[in-house]
Amino acid sequence: MAKTEQRSRLSRSRTRSAWLFLAPMLVMLLIVAAWPLGRTIWFSFTDASLDLMSEARWVGFRNYLEYVDFGDGEGQYYGLLADPRWWRSVWNTILFAAVSVSFETVFGLIIALVLNQQFRGRAFVRAAVLIPWAIPTIVSAKMWAWMLHDQFGIINDMFMALGMISEPIAWTASPETAMVAVMMVDIWKTTPFMALLILAGLQMVPGDIYEAAKLDGVPAWRVFRRLTLPLIMPAVLVAVVFRALDALRVFDIVYVLTPNTDATRTMSVYARENLFDFDQFAYGSAASTLLFVVIALITITFIMATRMDLEGKRS
Amino acid sequence: MATVELINVSKSYGNVEVLRDINLSLQKGEFVVFVGPSGCGKSTLLRMIAGLEDISGGDLLIDGKPMNDEMPAKRGIAMVFQSYALYPHMTVFENMSFGLEQAKLDKDEIKARVEKAAEMLQIEGLLDRKPKQLSGGQRQRVAIGRAITRDPRVFLFDEPLSNLDAALRVDTRLEIAGLSQRLPDTTMIYVTHDQVEAMTLADRIVVLNGGVVEQVGTPMELYERPASQFVAGFIGSPRMNFLNGAVAQAHGAECYGIRPEHIALDHENGDWRGRVILTERLGSDTFVHVNVEGIGTVNVRIEGRAEVQAGEAVHLTPDPASIHLFDARGQPVSG
Repeated sequence: MAKTEQRSRLSRSRTRSAWLFLAPMLVMLLIVAAWPLGRTIWFSFTDASLDLMSEARWVGFRNYLEYVDFGDGEGQYYGLLADPRWWRSVWNTILFAAVSVSFETVFGLIIALVLNQQFRGRAFVRAAVLIPWAIPTIVSAKMWAWMLHDQFGIINDMFMALGMISEPIAWTASPETAMVAVMMVDIWKTTPFMALLILAGLQMVPGDIYEAAKLDGVPAWRVFRRLTLPLIMPAVLVAVVFRALDALRVFDIVYVLTPNTDATRTMSVYARENLFDFDQFAYGSAASTLLFVVIALITITFIMATRMDLEGKRS
Repeated sequence: MATVELINVSKSYGNVEVLRDINLSLQKGEFVVFVGPSGCGKSTLLRMIAGLEDISGGDLLIDGKPMNDEMPAKRGIAMVFQSYALYPHMTVFENMSFGLEQAKLDKDEIKARVEKAAEMLQIEGLLDRKPKQLSGGQRQRVAIGRAITRDPRVFLFDEPLSNLDAALRVDTRLEIAGLSQRLPDTTMIYVTHDQVEAMTLADRIVVLNGGVVEQVGTPMELYERPASQFVAGFIGSPRMNFLNGAVAQAHGAECYGIRPEHIALDHENGDWRGRVILTERLGSDTFVHVNVEGIGTVNVRIEGRAEVQAGEAVHLTPDPASIHLFDARGQPVSG
């Protein structure tokens, strides 16, 4: 009796200190995440503008969708959900995220497999591979903007010299190639991040099973398909989610490399335009809120579809 | 006919020679144990036979065929790893059948082989489980089962018991001994650093030390006629007493060896006189550590309970027929 009382006192004091240690982090998250998010959602239901933030009035769903009756039996839908430019940026964002993350995963996997081998100078190569990831996005986007420049860019120069193109291409300016250019830069920049996360997964694979496979006479390709890939899949899926979350809110590369084109405008760029450039703060807030909802839906769907092991129960 | 033959086999990593002049001939169905302290090269030698390490010099023959450059899977061997090396994402059945799929056996044959091995090891109930749902002992059985399904000519064990607790180790040791009886045509090579495992399992023991073979022989040959001071000290538990100084010189040797079980203890008479420092009671035996005047500390093994206390004066008499004499290089000297 006395013993259980004592134990429960001990466990109560443990619970108390656990909350004590969690408190600073929770307060911080409330301040930097929950509060701004809550404010954004609130503004999306008001008529706020940049200079009249404090006088914002509740307008319900008007920023999202509103049917305006013209009185003569005609009418039109207004609002974010009726804006083809918004839907174009949703499509751009999803296309960008899907293509870049797919390529980054494949390239990252290949690089990780190479870096996981023993060879002379491996430490140097591992560090070198990370360079694109270490360069600030603004800097690398600007750098690529110059390399992709239609008149002075080295890319056009090289392709011309190799005879692959007959005249210079305006990579970032032409609507057909702008998205490709943005994706290319993003893949170049973020593949190292993928490689690093996948490499961490690869290093968790016990080496002895490869020896067992050697004795079983399993050819290299099947070893990869049947042993390596299933064992690193959890790590790859987590890496893909991280990257997808990042890619779905892409802003900086697009903003620097291809400003103001319908071909590459993403949800984040669209939201910023309305928030600050067009002085439609409430409308931009609505876009930001929808951006949050879209990312959340895609991520949750992906996690459910792949039955991802987020709590580490199966590992 | 010899199943496995090693002729002048050596292994070096760069300039470091870890094994040299290994000559061994293992008979069909024989159970051979490689034993030695850590770093003696025993695991490397096993891995060379398996094909997981290259052979730097000499020849490896299995069933008379040169195997130096043969792929591991083509050598007719199976191996049980120290860490079991089970495929963590596959069920027990898949672990056992994965290698057979590579060998292009048909489904029914694979199923029959896996079930036969599972029955032999009493793991039929575990076939649908994943390795992490198994205890250490069960994983070990699966690892052995996977090796059995390959129907090997040579079965290799790399310290298979070292990850098991003491009680399970004894049980599994008995099972491995039983397994070798049920597979009379399969040659078994077993690596361990534990001389008890070596003594209990082996038909023949190969003692390795510093990359060379110290002695090859049956457990009793090694116990009774150790070919070097190293073997004398390594085989037998508790360890042989090694005495230097006057007692050795009196026999014309540098070192005088006598096993604890070959010394008689008496309260009244004996060759040596000394005082008990410590007694260790194991129930079945008592180990008495005695400080002998002019000789040093001598460990004596007495069956059952020995009624001696620390500080007591006792007399010891070594059995003259069981004395081992060694010269300064650790080589035996005939008394």
